[in-house]
Amino acid sequence: MPQITLQHVAFAAVALVTLGSAIMVVSLRNIFHCLLFLALSFLGVAGVYLLLSADFLAAAQVLIYVGAVVVLMMFALMMTHRVMTTDLSQTLYQWWLAPLPIALGVFVILFRVYVRHGGAVFIPHGIKTAPTTGIIGRALLTKYVLPFELASIVLLVAMVGAIILAKEDRPDDPD
Amino acid sequence: MIPIEWYLALSAALFCIGIFAVLSRRNAIGILMGIELMLNAGNINLVALARYMHPKLLTGQVFAVFVMTIAAAEAAVGLAIIISVYRNARHINVDKLNILKW
Repeated sequence: MPQITLQHVAFAAVALVTLGSAIMVVSLRNIFHCLLFLALSFLGVAGVYLLLSADFLAAAQVLIYVGAVVVLMMFALMMTHRVMTTDLSQTLYQWWLAPLPIALGVFVILFRVYVRHGGAVFIPHGIKTAPTTGIIGRALLTKYVLPFELASIVLLVAMVGAIILAKEDRPDDPD
Repeated sequence: MIPIEWYLALSAALFCIGIFAVLSRRNAIGILMGIELMLNAGNINLVALARYMHPKLLTGQVFAVFVMTIAAAEAAVGLAIIISVYRNARHINVDKLNILKW
């Protein structure tokens, strides 16, 4: 009989928040409410990172996803949609025909693989590594310095590309 | 300590919810939201496996940082494309967008 500790309770709460708000993301009709629940789901994932003693990643998750990606999506939504007046159906008409069996099938396959091969290979051991910021920073600037620089180039290209794609090109504009 | 299967099951469920969002949404922004959910599920997998296999190395966490970077870039470019499509078609319903089809 495994002992139920505070860690288990915390995991259950965090998993409930993450999965519950993710289900709200796919089931609500108003896309703006979906976006708010997406932010809540990202916060739940940050809680999962904290349980895995990845403190830097949890902070980065809150900053990047909740602070940047969701706000960016909110801007795009406001520009493309009459948010509060719409009550149209957000899903395709045959939503149960293809997406539901595909999603359930992938879940069954992943779950069977994990449960069958998970516990035999990985033995849990509780080594404290937090705070992880220094270790990650040292790894990024020594062993992974090339991917680090490439990621900065990718970000620069994405920024310039996004500006060019979203810029309105008027034919009568002199430049 | 929590068995690793719990984390993997959580990530599998999140991934499949993301797949469902990508396949069933009509709004293009909803599809992007599904993609972000799937990337988060992958990140949970990376961090959990790194934590249980090599708890001192943190390779999985470094990789998750890169995944976050690419996800942010992807969201920016994807939303710019959506805004550009909206400017031309006045809507972003993917079941009515057939400009590239002939």
